[in-house]
Amino acid sequence: MSVSPERVPALDLRGIDKRFGPVHANRAVSFAVRAGTIHGLIGENGAGKSTLMNIVYGLQSPDAGTLLVQGREVHFRHPREAIAAGIGMVHQHFMLVENFTALENLLLADGAAAGSAAGRAAAREKWDRLALDHGLDVPLDAVVGELPVGVQQRLEILKALGRKAEILVLDEPTAVLTPAEATQLFQLLGRLRAQGKTVILVTHKLREIMAVTDRVTVMRQGAVVAELDTAATSLRELAEKMVGRSVLLQVEKGPGFPREVLLEVEQLAASDDRGVPRVKGISFQVRAGEIVGIAGVAGNGQSELLETLAGIRTPTGGAIRLAGRDVAGDDPAQRRRLGLAHVPEDRLKLGVVAAFAAEDNLILGQQERPEFGRGVLLDRRAIAAGCRQAMAEYDVRPGDPRLRLGAFSGGNQQKLVMAREIGAGPQVLLVGQPTRGVDIGAIEFIHRRLVALRDAGKAVLLVSVELDEILGLADRILVMNGGEIMGELPRAEATEEKLGLLMAGVRAEAGHED
Amino acid sequence: MSAPAKLPRWADLVLLPAVSLAAALLLSAGLVAVMGESPVTALRLLFAGAFGTGDAIGYTLYYATNFIFTGLAVAVAYHAGLFNIGAEGQAYIGGLGVGLVCLAGGSWPAWVVLPLAVAAGAGFGAAWAFIPAWLQARRGSHVVITTIMFNFIAAALMTYLLVNVLIKPGQQSPESREFGANAVLPAVHGLLAKLGFEVAASPLNLAFGIALAAGGLVWVLLWRTRWGYRLRVAGANPAAAVYAGINPGRITIGAMLLSGALAGGLGLNELAGSQHRILLDFPGGAGFVGIAVALMGRNHPVGICAAAVLFGALYQGGSQLSFDLPRINRDLVVVIQGLVILFCGAMENVWRGPLAALLARLRVESRESRGESQK
Amino acid sequence: MKIPFLVLGALVLSVAGANARAAAADFQPAVVYDMGGKFDRSFNQSAYEGAERFKKETGVAYREFEITNAAQREQAIAQLARRGATVIVAVGFTQASAVEKVAKDFPNVKFTLIDAVVDLPNVQSIVFREQESTFLCGMAAALASKSAKVGFVGGMDIPLIRKFALGYREGVKYANPAVEVIENMTGTTPAAWSDPSKGAELAKSQIGRGADVIFHAAGATGTGVMQAAKDAGKLSIGCDSNQNYLQPGSVLTSAVKRVDVAVFNAFKDARAGTWKAGQVSLGLKEDGVDFALDQYNRSLITPAMETRLKQAKADIVSGRIKVSEYK
Repeated sequence: MSVSPERVPALDLRGIDKRFGPVHANRAVSFAVRAGTIHGLIGENGAGKSTLMNIVYGLQSPDAGTLLVQGREVHFRHPREAIAAGIGMVHQHFMLVENFTALENLLLADGAAAGSAAGRAAAREKWDRLALDHGLDVPLDAVVGELPVGVQQRLEILKALGRKAEILVLDEPTAVLTPAEATQLFQLLGRLRAQGKTVILVTHKLREIMAVTDRVTVMRQGAVVAELDTAATSLRELAEKMVGRSVLLQVEKGPGFPREVLLEVEQLAASDDRGVPRVKGISFQVRAGEIVGIAGVAGNGQSELLETLAGIRTPTGGAIRLAGRDVAGDDPAQRRRLGLAHVPEDRLKLGVVAAFAAEDNLILGQQERPEFGRGVLLDRRAIAAGCRQAMAEYDVRPGDPRLRLGAFSGGNQQKLVMAREIGAGPQVLLVGQPTRGVDIGAIEFIHRRLVALRDAGKAVLLVSVELDEILGLADRILVMNGGEIMGELPRAEATEEKLGLLMAGVRAEAGHED
Repeated sequence: MSAPAKLPRWADLVLLPAVSLAAALLLSAGLVAVMGESPVTALRLLFAGAFGTGDAIGYTLYYATNFIFTGLAVAVAYHAGLFNIGAEGQAYIGGLGVGLVCLAGGSWPAWVVLPLAVAAGAGFGAAWAFIPAWLQARRGSHVVITTIMFNFIAAALMTYLLVNVLIKPGQQSPESREFGANAVLPAVHGLLAKLGFEVAASPLNLAFGIALAAGGLVWVLLWRTRWGYRLRVAGANPAAAVYAGINPGRITIGAMLLSGALAGGLGLNELAGSQHRILLDFPGGAGFVGIAVALMGRNHPVGICAAAVLFGALYQGGSQLSFDLPRINRDLVVVIQGLVILFCGAMENVWRGPLAALLARLRVESRESRGESQK
Repeated sequence: MKIPFLVLGALVLSVAGANARAAAADFQPAVVYDMGGKFDRSFNQSAYEGAERFKKETGVAYREFEITNAAQREQAIAQLARRGATVIVAVGFTQASAVEKVAKDFPNVKFTLIDAVVDLPNVQSIVFREQESTFLCGMAAALASKSAKVGFVGGMDIPLIRKFALGYREGVKYANPAVEVIENMTGTTPAAWSDPSKGAELAKSQIGRGADVIFHAAGATGTGVMQAAKDAGKLSIGCDSNQNYLQPGSVLTSAVKRVDVAVFNAFKDARAGTWKAGQVSLGLKEDGVDFALDQYNRSLITPAMETRLKQAKADIVSGRIKVSEYK
């Protein structure tokens, strides 16, 4: 298929504007998607991508602006009308009935009354042919809930194609996929493009844009800030456009100067909620002025280790010493008083109360501190002032202490948590997955703060499944596998290959072989 | 995308309940018409019956007093993540405490008996809530189940005590003897009379003021103290509470103690304020109405007071309605009350979307008419 | 001094008040039912029937009110008095304290209180000697029982029901000392008076334990007792109203309490000017209580039983049999 710019655009957005109360979600958004291309739409969380796509799919109507599909002006009031116009959407959360078979889901999508055996057989033939035509391998008789996520996603795509979709919108399609599944998906998108379909890929992952798209539109704060040919841009340029300033993908940091031991763990053991042993006799130390990274594939006991250190989980054996004092029997509040702070892995589950205002989240865990009140009373004014100061210092946007925490983007939520935990003036900071669900701009900021804390002579224990993050921040790296520490490497000796072997459970001899 | 539409705060707190209430009354009016009475007359009687005269207002606020106490009880537990269905039983036992003090304090001065009665009502109510709370905190027995069971246990206990122990000798009715004049909360019409205002008698008494004060106290406790903060964290996100060094079990027990104590206030209003004796079934379902009141009042003391007055008005106006229009029997009044609960409590999300769209359009139009359009 | 913002309400009421005043010159009877409601097929319904009979015979309309919560008792009675009721019948012992208060405020209004005593110059207190009729029902049960076990299902464990139960037990033992009585109460909340399924459950359980005649004193709950007895091919005994017709051929008899007569008489006497304050006690002698015999249970009461029951009735009236009263 030849792609000529003279062709009528598959989708043409002109001055789309949308507000939700005080939030200006889309500001006069205009761009065109050429037919037969893969078009990337990229932006940080809250940039307005989802709102825009909801408008395209008829889930919301714009306050102003027009929408042209294949050159024809449309005003969708319902997804039905968008589907009829040839637009298909694959949501981040699939719209499938889990206890139906794949075929039943497709029949449901057809809206056809396929009660009869003959009708079913005809439908099966139709979908089989369609799946074959597009190279979509979907077992039609399998129950959807039992299918892997990647196959469910293919089913969604098949569903859209069956409705004669010419334009396919995929919203963050790789968020739920393994790397191998993602590769398969991208191959499929390439085939669809070859068949003349138009694909819009909504994502915040730069690598995906670079890998598969022909052209990319960058959004920031509700507006289009750039439209680029993918071949003519770079990761760095996209990141800068997205964030609005130049971004350091790697934090600068000088050598560390470790001093006395602040956190000491000896033969620590812990089990998960079902009583399965997850941490099996771990020993290590973290010194003042160093960042110790714990690497490992998710689910190898890192979560339980962090929770045990923080006092949320009771150890089944071993000792935890905080500045020389055994705290294994202390609750989280007592450990905090001894200078421990904790940025939890699962922010929304543990670290914040989404329904509370930002200022109320800023005293979580520190509600007893004297500066936040007098006697039994809380001092709302002091709390609000403290929150405003923290928001300014950590560049939290919007800087409104009364705003519900759930209304902040992931990155801003995380910055609030960091502000709170570092603001408590800890000697030892436990950090789990500090940049999970956080935008690029905030990642850099958070990393700089962790390094600054180390440079101020504090001990930092960093748990992350992102190898880049561990390599970028840690002075010393421990690798966990199956609840045990497989080996320890100073940063200077650590390479992705060596760590990869340890993470896979191959013992530390690997380090001595070369 | 599927998140409920956002409304401005004032609309959420005032407009939405008003629209819901109007819809409920409209449907009720239709029912009344079907019953063969004039809906206009019925609504007028309902309103006049609740607010038309001094004593009508008195009755309305007297009922509202019960609902404020039980609504607050439900709300406090709710903020701690607990669904206390036992306000009925806690109020019943709280009343026992009030009654015992009032009966025992026959020769004590009022300023000794009445504060003691308040304390006993709160204490007995709290004690009755303590057992389910302890079972929840330490044994994981669900508080919904145990509080329901404790309602029945309370009823059985009270029946036993009234029939066998507290009954006034030689009397059919299972009621205690009457409290002494020193053990009676002053009636509001009596207080007003002293100030020179003549208002027809009603059971409205000082407990109403205590209920309002309790509302203020609950507000301060929940939103202005460290304990209240801990309680709300434990309710909103129990895992985060553990993370923050808050002991959820202790919060559960503390919240239920406060909840039970508040429910006990109903006993104060009914026994020391109105009936002046201990009798069977004086909570009369107000513990359950408290759930609806808390729901409608968004679990906030101000909302609860407003919702309590609404329900008080429905009780009082409703009884006047069935009094004056014989075809509107008490069952229809219950239906009307049910409709109000349904619309205001359960169905308000039905209006939320359209209302948000309407407000948004009005705002855009007013902006355009002021010439502030974007282009 | 009137509070000004009540003008609207006052207006509405003044219209209603004008009507009331116009009617006040006439005779205006009123009745206040208790919690169960006027269609409980039992106690309150009996009162309702008395009032209806009065209306039918005299053409005089009456006002009525059904209580739904404790505070309404005093409110309703006072309101009826204020609106010019001539005579107010308050049904049920729970109304005693409300009647006492209101009667003091309205000395010119006549109050008839059923099932309790208030000693005031304008209050007529009507109490029934229910134990006399339940005694006869107990005899009937003992005589009809083949298993030598009979049952009793009460509503709540309150003095009134204990009074019923005591008379019943004495009657059973009088007819046949070897017959055993199984007793159960339905509940501890007012719901106990309106829970037929619970009543049926209790009846089934008593039948399971061998009872073949079950007497209920449980208001609307009793309909369940009677249904369950019929389903099991056993006998039941009705209460308050004549309930023989509810399950014909399976209701042995009913302990009738003529609340209807009491209401009717109160209205009639007040109209005729012969109404008197003070305590009235109605038993077998005054036809205030009785056991019911009609076409629905004719076949169940054998001539021998009927003879013994009639004899016992005469003995109670003459004082030869003394039925204990629950204190």
